[in-house]
This record gives sequence, structure tokens and C-alpha cells, in this order.
Amino acid sequence: MKVSLTVNGAAVERDVEPNTLLAEFLRENLRLTGTHVGCDTTQCGCCIVHVDGHAVKSCTVFVAQLGGADIVTIEGLAGPDGQLHPVQAAFQEFHGLQCGFCTPGMVMMGADIVKRHPCADEKTVRHELEGNLCRCTGYQGIVEAIMHASGTKVETH
Amino acid sequence: MGQFGIGQPIRRKEDVRLVTGGGRYSDDIQLENQLHIHFFRSPHAHAGISGIDLSAAREAPGVHHVFVHEDLAADGVQDLMTDVDFSDRDGTKIRRSRRPVLARERVRFVGEPVVMVIAETREQARAAADLIQIEWEELPAVASSVAALAPDAPVVWPEFDNNLGLHWELGDKDEIDAIIAGSAKSVTIDIVNNRLIPNPMEPRVALAEYDAASDRITLYAPTQGVRGPQAGVARLLGIKKEQLRVISPDTGGGFGIRGKLYLELVAVAWAARKIGRPVKWLSTRSETFVSDYHGRDQVNHAVMGFDETGRITALHAETILNVGAYMGENGPRLPIDGGGRIIPCSYDIEKFYFSVKTVYTNTVSTDTYRGAGRPEANFLLERLMDLGAEACGLARDEIRRRNFIAPAKMPYRTQMGLLIDSGDFAGSLDMALKEADYAGFPARRKESEARGKLRGFGIGSFVEQSGGRPVEEMRVRIEADGSASIFSGTFSHGQGHDTAYAQILHDHLNLPLEQVKLIQGDTDTTPAQGVGTFGSRSSMMGGVGIKRTAEQIVVKATRIAGHLLQSDPEQVRFDEGVFHAGHATVTFKEVAKAAHDPARLPEGMAPGLDENWVYNRHADHFNFPNGCHICELEIDPDLGTVEILRYTAVDDCGTVLNPLLVHGQVYGGVAQGLGQAMLENTVYEEETAQFLSGSFVDYGMPRAHHMAHIAAYFNVVPCKTNELGVKGAGEAGACAAPSAFVGAVVDALKPYGVSHIDMPVTPERIWRVIAGQAA
Repeated sequence: MKVSLTVNGAAVERDVEPNTLLAEFLRENLRLTGTHVGCDTTQCGCCIVHVDGHAVKSCTVFVAQLGGADIVTIEGLAGPDGQLHPVQAAFQEFHGLQCGFCTPGMVMMGADIVKRHPCADEKTVRHELEGNLCRCTGYQGIVEAIMHASGTKVETH
Repeated sequence: MGQFGIGQPIRRKEDVRLVTGGGRYSDDIQLENQLHIHFFRSPHAHAGISGIDLSAAREAPGVHHVFVHEDLAADGVQDLMTDVDFSDRDGTKIRRSRRPVLARERVRFVGEPVVMVIAETREQARAAADLIQIEWEELPAVASSVAALAPDAPVVWPEFDNNLGLHWELGDKDEIDAIIAGSAKSVTIDIVNNRLIPNPMEPRVALAEYDAASDRITLYAPTQGVRGPQAGVARLLGIKKEQLRVISPDTGGGFGIRGKLYLELVAVAWAARKIGRPVKWLSTRSETFVSDYHGRDQVNHAVMGFDETGRITALHAETILNVGAYMGENGPRLPIDGGGRIIPCSYDIEKFYFSVKTVYTNTVSTDTYRGAGRPEANFLLERLMDLGAEACGLARDEIRRRNFIAPAKMPYRTQMGLLIDSGDFAGSLDMALKEADYAGFPARRKESEARGKLRGFGIGSFVEQSGGRPVEEMRVRIEADGSASIFSGTFSHGQGHDTAYAQILHDHLNLPLEQVKLIQGDTDTTPAQGVGTFGSRSSMMGGVGIKRTAEQIVVKATRIAGHLLQSDPEQVRFDEGVFHAGHATVTFKEVAKAAHDPARLPEGMAPGLDENWVYNRHADHFNFPNGCHICELEIDPDLGTVEILRYTAVDDCGTVLNPLLVHGQVYGGVAQGLGQAMLENTVYEEETAQFLSGSFVDYGMPRAHHMAHIAAYFNVVPCKTNELGVKGAGEAGACAAPSAFVGAVVDALKPYGVSHIDMPVTPERIWRVIAGQAA
């Protein structure tokens, strides 16, 4: 079946199987491999993208459901001039990533959190990250990066 | 040193790429014409295979090939067998299992691969696998090591008569037991060190293609260094290693298990050659749960004696390691070389008896996981020290202080032969107590009590041994434009080598960090004697390798500079990127350019600035990361829930190359240690050895809200056995956090008369203790 949507600002029209997941569509059809798949039970959050401005686990929606939707992936988060989104910049500043595999999902979730929670405190950020797994960082740099990007003062090294 | 050199918290060079979706992981690579592999895995823990009917699968849509063990055997593909070589005390050799790539006649654990299906799409391969018909002869199965040692237990390997693969011993048991019996005090502990699933976030992948013209296979897969899998896969395929190129692009975490040989790599490489088309296998997370090697799974029993002053008189320790159905590559090395050697390391233990039994069961193989035996060993010791404090009437910090190996005794040769060069164990303890405000704890406990909560304070001192295998090769090539390429035998998969190695090179050559490029993970360019990244070895093995290579570069560049400046090289001085001979100067960049122009070189000198160094470390020159972590927590007695209120980490990782990166290693290690202590458990159903914790829904991974802010500090004592002074950092947290957490829980539960509680310390276990039932 045919589906038309916007991905990172560009109009996209493709023929898809009705059971094609958004994550699969982004990775395999559009070759946007920044979106990662870390599990098969919607537990890890590596695949989070923005659908119409909200963080969504792209392994949990069919692309066929998304006709007309506006999708932003990790590749489309920075400004057109390459200017990093504040959450992306904060991840580097606060050492919020090591292997980088969970990072796209964490950053997309972080961008969603800072929009909803200006000056977020630590407890809020930790709670909001309930759907995202990271095995490398112990979450400390991630939590600090998101707090900083939301406008909260965080001490740095 | 300077602004960008060693010791500076430089932000990572690799990050911009990774935060913008520019990472390139193995599954991001698609080869033209590639087919997809799905492994049909055993649903049974133990069963004979009396017949396989593949006809329906072969006819399913999109299917190209279906292969079983006999197809690989016909091409001479070998079984995997560990090379560990230990014997029982009576001289009987270790009983080592042979593991075929695909099951032969019998399956021995749930998840063992039996059939390989190759189809146009992944979905077609999976669907076809559902049509495979196998006649199983179900056999009795056993999951836990203790049950597998029972005389009537089902036997995993009938040719070995029983499930005991090895009973290794050290020391005189009778002598040690007599010393303990005659000691003023003694304490006994029994511990189940829970089986863990390492779960790096990137699931396993293998992609292979075969080039008939050169008779060469190229294999893409996430690893912890490409030389190991190249040698291992080539050996099992019976080809020369030059016929196999292994490429690891960005790799999503390793934690030890990715450094081990996986048989799916052999199957995929074989299939690419067999069918002459590229093939890809991408595992699902559910599949990694039953096919990635697991960690820990030890049962420990120990008795420690103390004299009237609280000094240790002797230690009797016994470890039973569940190796799973097939003995892993490291198998008994984990408790013996990894853990056992560390047991008499923190504390001055002069009399030691140690017994290790490795046991076969119908479970996934266990192998190296963050710490690889050292977390288990440190946990055992720290629990004994807490019990000893109680028995001797001493404070928990005081009994440790009385028994630590003192710096004045170093270098200190342990009972198991390790030479500890340096460390200030008591200093780290004192620093941690101060930063954690030990003095203020009684008041905080009272305050908790007033709110109906139980507050506890736990101490986790630790020493571990880093450095791993004693060889590593690094190469540095200076390009004509003055930039540098580092070709490393180590393999960064999250540790930040791009940045740390550039900082080391900066110290020697004064190059801007952005002009240093790290090239790794490709057997076509990785130095021949490269080994990889595990055992917290890269700062030492890779770092020293780069330092020495850089020194070679400076020697040659100085000769070239002397030639350019028409001066005796002996008179040339290199300072901050500039060569000086009297008042005449030439920059490193100019020398680099000249180095590539034969006309500008001294007579007979080969062009280029391209040096390598094979670092052969002395057998005694490990390094010993150590420190003390403190956990303070509160328990809600009504619910059994725990909240970590404060976590303090003091680490001696030697000289710190980049505090941002080293703290990152500590935080990550602590999270895995707390994961083990609070949440993570691999569960098999005992009667059937069915696997019950097979997804992130069933297995408790630590999440952001489980963790607390970690206040991390360094107590730097530079390592004396390498010129950088570095010690490992990656495994420290995993060694310290379990004892700090469990010690705090037991401390909080003191009113209930608890002396130990096994991990994971879930709210249910705590609630049962409080409710007066067995934990």
C-alpha cells in the first residue's frame, strides 16, 4: 500500500507492506540508519523518533498508520546549518554517550523532555527516561545532559 | 601536557558523529544481493535429535538454502573447544566439551542453534523456520550447578560420567582448616552470585561476503577487536587467516562477552563462501538472551579466621562455577585467573585454601562479563569483612583498615603469585568515608527511623587486576600534511579511544586533536599483533604502545630536522611542535612534509614517518585498580523497596588520561554492579532447564530511575609498572557496587538479625526477611 509522509522536512511517498514498522521503514527503505533497534519488546527506546512533535518508539507503529505525519529522526534534529540541537550538544558536553547505540533514542527522548519540562529536575528526567535503556553510561551523563539542555544548572567537569 | 594533553577532560571527538545519527554499526551495512539468515534454535534444554525434516522449509517462499550440522561437517568445519588447561589435584586433566557450530545429534540448552535457513528476506527465513520438523527425544535436564553435582543428576556429557568438568585446588586444606579452628573468631558465608545477561545495547549481527577470485571471505560484525575472531573463525573453517578479513565498524557495547568467539560468525562466514552470495544474520533481542554468553553464576562458600585483634588468620574459599552446557573459552579461568588470584589482594591473607569446581548444566555457556571473576571475588571478601567486623566487635571500616595490604609492603607478592605494585587502600577508604559523611550517618539513620524507614550504610572496598594479555601492537603514521593516523590493535567500542589516544599523541607531538585519526577494527589495517579491548587493558597496553611509538616518531623526525637544519641531530631539541637547533627552527609539520620527499632526507633514510611498537609486557606487570565505594540507602519496611540516597565512589585508576572518560567508565561499571545487586537475574526452571527470563520484560535491566547520582573521586596512585602510570577503570564499578549495596541493605536490616542476603536484593526478598520468612 502507498503511504505519504514527511521525514526530516522532505516529502516521502513509498509502497509498503501493511505490517512494515516505522523503524524498519526508516532503516531499510529510507536508509536512515541513525534510528536503532535494540530489542523486540518495545523496552529499550533506541528507536525513538518524533511523530508530529512527540517522542514515539518507531518499533511500535506501522508506517501505514502514519499517512500525512511529520517524522523527525536523529538525522534531522540538528539545524540545517549543522548546528546541533541543545540536547545533542549537551550529550557531548556531559559525556552522555559511550558506545552510541542507545544515543539516538536517548537524544530524541531528551529533546521531547526538555520541550515539556523547562528546568527539569533530576527526578523528573530519570522518571521520563523510564522507557530508554543504556548499558554503558550508568545514565549519569545522560540525565545531566538533559537537565542542562532544559535550562537547569548542572555542574560539569 | 598542556590544554589538550593527558589529564584534561577533553570532550569526545567521536560524539558529534554519534549524536547526529552518523554512527555506522554492522547492521547499517547492506551488501548488494545479500540474503538473510535465521537460526532455528532448540526449544528444549536437553534432547536427542532423531530426525530432521527440512522439506517444507526448503519449499517455503523465498528460501534459498537450509543447512544443518552435516553440511558444515562435510566442509571440515571444526568444533569449538576451549584451550584452558587445568588439572584436578590428582592429576586428572580438565574435561573439555566440544561444541559444534550447529547441533550434532543432541541439543544441550534452550537456544542452541540447530538449523540455518537462508532466504530473500529476514521474514521469509523466519517463516520457513517454523516449518522445520524435528523428532526430539527429550532427556532429563538440569539448570543449577549445585543440582548438577548431585549423584543422580542428569548428565550433560555422558562421556565424562558426571557434570564435574574440573576440580582445581590450591593450598593445604587441612592446614588452613586447622588454623581457622584455632583462631579467636571465624565467620562462614554461603553466596549465590547470580547469573547475568550482559546485554550490550546493539544486538549481535554478522554479515559476510565471499570473493571467489581471491578466495577470501569478508566478515562484518561487532567485536572487541578483530584479530581474535579472525583467528578463531579461520581456525574453525580450516582456512588461513589471510583468507578471512574481519571488519568491526562502530560497535554498540561489549562488556567482555563480545570478545569471545561466537559460532554464528563461523556459520555466516561459511555460508557466504558456500553459496557465493552475501548473507546477513541480525539477531533479535530475544535471541541474544539465549545465545549471547552469560556472566557470573557462581556458588561460593567461605570460612575466614581472625585473631583477637581482628587480623585475618586464614581463608578457606570454595567456588562452584556453572559453565553452562559447553565450557566457554575462558571457563575455569574466570574463577581461577580472574577471581581467585584477586581474593588475596585487598587484604593481607597469608594462609589460603581455594577450591574451584566447574560444572556442566543445560544452560547457555557462561564467559567473561565485566570484571570476569573479580566482582565475584571482591563480593565474597567484602561480605566476609562485614561478618568479621560483627564477630570481632569492630567497626566495618576498622576491620578493613587492620587487614589491608599496606603501601609499605608493596610490591607485595600474593599467595597466588600476583605482584601488587601500588595502591593506597586505606587512604581510599578514609577518603570515601569522609566524602560520604560517615560521621553524620547515625543522625541520618535516626531521621529515617522517625519517618518509619530503615537506613543502611555499606562499604565496598575492592582491588582488581587489569592489563589482560601481555602483548599489544600500535602503529602511528604521520601523513605528509603533518596529521597523524593511529592504527590500533585495541578496539574502542564506547571507551573513547579516539579522544584519549589523541591526547597521548598530543603530549608527544603537539598535534591538534582534530589532526589525529584513529583507524581500528579491520584486519587489513590493524597491526598484526593487535589483541583488542577487554580486561580494562587499553589505557595501559594501547596507551603505552602509542607513547613508545610516538617516541620512535620523534627520534626519526629529529634526524630529519637535523638534516634540514644542517645540524647534528644530537643538538636538535623538540619542543611544543618545533625542532630547534640553536636559533634555527623547523616545525613538525615541515618535517612531516620533508619525510615524504626522498630528496630532502638524509642519505639512506627510508621515506615516511611511520612507526609501530609491539608492547611485550613483563609477566609481573599487571596493574591493580582499587578503591572504595559507599552506598547509603533507605528501605521502606512495609514494601521492601529500596531507594539509594547517596553513592560515593573513590577510585585509584592510576594516572587519569581523561577524567571525563574515566568517570564514565566508573559510572557504567557501578550501574552494572548495582544492576546485579538490585535487579538482574537469569532464571531457569530447575526441573526442565527452560529459560524464564528471556526478554527485557522478564529481566530487570537497571534504568535511569533505579540509579542515583554517583559522586566520584580519584585517589591517584600512579602505577609503577608502566610509564604512563595508568591503571584500568572499566571493571572497578562492577567490582565495588555489589558489596557496597548489599552491605548497606544488611546494615539497614540489622534489627531483623540478618547477616547476608543474596543478590538480586529485590523488594520481595527484603519483604520476606522483614516478614520473618526465608529470603
